[in-house]
Amino acid sequence: MLSDYIFIGVFLVVAVLFGLVALGVAWLFSPRKPNPVKTSTYECGLETIGDTWVQFRAQYYIYALVFVVFDIEAVFLFPWAVAYGAEGIGLWALGEAFLFLAILTVGLVYAWRKGALRWM
Amino acid sequence: MSVQHAVFIILSAIALIGALGVVLNRRLFRSALFLVLSFVGVAGFYILLEAELLAMIQLLVYVGAIAILIIFAIMLSRQAMVADDKVLNEQWALGWLVAVLLFAALVYVLVKVNWPVVEVAVPANSIQRLGESLVNPNGFVLPFEVASVLLLVALVGAVIIAREK
Amino acid sequence: MDYVLNLWVNLATDLYQLFLGWGLPAWGAKLIIDFVIILILVILGVLAVIVLTPMERKVIARMQDRPGPNRAWPFGLSQAFADAIKMLTKEMILPRNADRLIYTAAPILIVIPALMIYAVLPFGPQAADAELQLGATNLNVGVLYFVALGSVASIAILMAGWGSNNKFALLGAFRVVNQLIAYEVPMILSLLAVVVLTGTMATQQIVEVQSIPYLIVMPIAALTFLASAMAELNRSPFDLLEAESELVAGYQVEYGGMKFAMFYIAEYVNILSTSILFAALFLGGYKFFGLEEVAPVLAPFIVLGKAVAVFFIMLWTRGTFPRIRLDQLAGLAWKFLVPIGLVNLLLVALVVKLSANPWAQAGLLLLGNLIILAVTFLIITLVERRAKSGGAVVLSEAQNLTPAAER
Repeated sequence: MLSDYIFIGVFLVVAVLFGLVALGVAWLFSPRKPNPVKTSTYECGLETIGDTWVQFRAQYYIYALVFVVFDIEAVFLFPWAVAYGAEGIGLWALGEAFLFLAILTVGLVYAWRKGALRWM
Repeated sequence: MSVQHAVFIILSAIALIGALGVVLNRRLFRSALFLVLSFVGVAGFYILLEAELLAMIQLLVYVGAIAILIIFAIMLSRQAMVADDKVLNEQWALGWLVAVLLFAALVYVLVKVNWPVVEVAVPANSIQRLGESLVNPNGFVLPFEVASVLLLVALVGAVIIAREK
Repeated sequence: MDYVLNLWVNLATDLYQLFLGWGLPAWGAKLIIDFVIILILVILGVLAVIVLTPMERKVIARMQDRPGPNRAWPFGLSQAFADAIKMLTKEMILPRNADRLIYTAAPILIVIPALMIYAVLPFGPQAADAELQLGATNLNVGVLYFVALGSVASIAILMAGWGSNNKFALLGAFRVVNQLIAYEVPMILSLLAVVVLTGTMATQQIVEVQSIPYLIVMPIAALTFLASAMAELNRSPFDLLEAESELVAGYQVEYGGMKFAMFYIAEYVNILSTSILFAALFLGGYKFFGLEEVAPVLAPFIVLGKAVAVFFIMLWTRGTFPRIRLDQLAGLAWKFLVPIGLVNLLLVALVVKLSANPWAQAGLLLLGNLIILAVTFLIITLVERRAKSGGAVVLSEAQNLTPAAER
């Protein structure tokens, strides 16, 4: 099994090389004539107003928080899903998973009702 | 020096460079990216230990969710846009002292303890066995359910705190 | 003739024996074969761009009753080469005050996970000699590997948005990452349904077990996966990034020349790999009424054919549906796809334990799926009716933005 991951490791190296070679070839062929107009920040054709600071909506952060919780829930379910079909596991395994999901569904409904999933 | 040894050294280098980059970098966003590098190094360690499920979970949860959360939190603070912060603060001497003491304690523990070494090969169906132990009443089913309650608490807390904007 | 029928495996075995004959150690020969396979997969990825891009433009154009690109010989089909030469020779402008390292690393970092997904895609049946098989590796965690690499791409997008030193790029990056993380949970839930039915995460085994394609057995899981995958790929109708009337080019706005091309390549490489994965998980992969056992040499082409069919479905969707609105985007994921995914997962778990006969399971699952679809339709109709009569709005608060005269 570790030999599979040697494959993945070599693949990673080749993928990095692919990116570098592609950019390298382009670096050879592309012109380089920077001037102040070209390098200025793009703002739909106008001059930039104010420095580069965005009115960051907190809603992004809330979505990321909810996502972390559900990501970890899904991660717990992966080994359960693999072991579930085997012979020795009965319907009580389904019951346990149902309880697990039910508790988290309560959380989802709570977030929904409190408006945490709104607006974007 | 076997292949595993060499790979271990490379992964350690990646993880340590990532960790050092987090604390020594002046720009906050670059620190977050070095943290991602450190996470990837740890995922490599899991693969070396033949715990591929944990490696993928590390990538999925830590790099794909928590690192993004941290980067979003960095963006939330206007501090991120201000150029360079100082790397060291006024208490750096005390910090160094505590770090050296901690390092000495860890090295002592590592050297003195008789770590039990098991020479058994990792079973091929380790994920299956993990799943079975998660639903086994004599196994880890109670921590499994308590984990869901913990996640619920985290979710409710996050919604409450974040809503007070 | 027998040799040709199993061409790829025989070639690989002969090459392996050749290297062993030259005196290379076993691990060295394996390494070289791995390297060759990786090169083939990378070339496949690049072929994805070359073939899929003109196909997309021509098909969408025909759906919109116009000819599409027809200047590049022949009939516009070599358009990708023309685009490649164009992007190669354009200037890669470095914006002022941009964080140079992050700005340059982002396009490379986004191509890496896109290419690495090809390592777990099954291209053919397992050879009797388990050393060599069609399809690079058979990881025990194939499905999870796919999801994990998809989530790594979000970091590269944030790097691109930040490194451009541009408000709009940053905002675009936030929106795209928001979309990506919102649609990852429904995708994981639908994949979990497949894993429960199969009992393993290895993609090769999932293809082998499918006597009936899972699309017929679990339509809800298939459709949820397709919808989430299209959102993950930023395909229409979830392509807020590419909408020119929105944030111009989103996080790619400050990128030019080859760096922009890398984002483009990554997108199409991702599209092909997701299509192949959908074909493997839900359409029976390399199976084609037993043809793959008679002639395993055809197996990769069967897979690619099914993948192109899935791609055509994506194009069809693009040509048909209007773009989804930004505030509806996350609502669709969290309030519709996640509950359906959870219910579907529980249904699959229930059916797997109710009976062990695959045909009985298939029948029960299909029945269960139809019941879920009917109930969902009922709920949506009730909600719509309540919304029209002025009741509480569920999916999106902007539903009552219609002018008063229309009500």
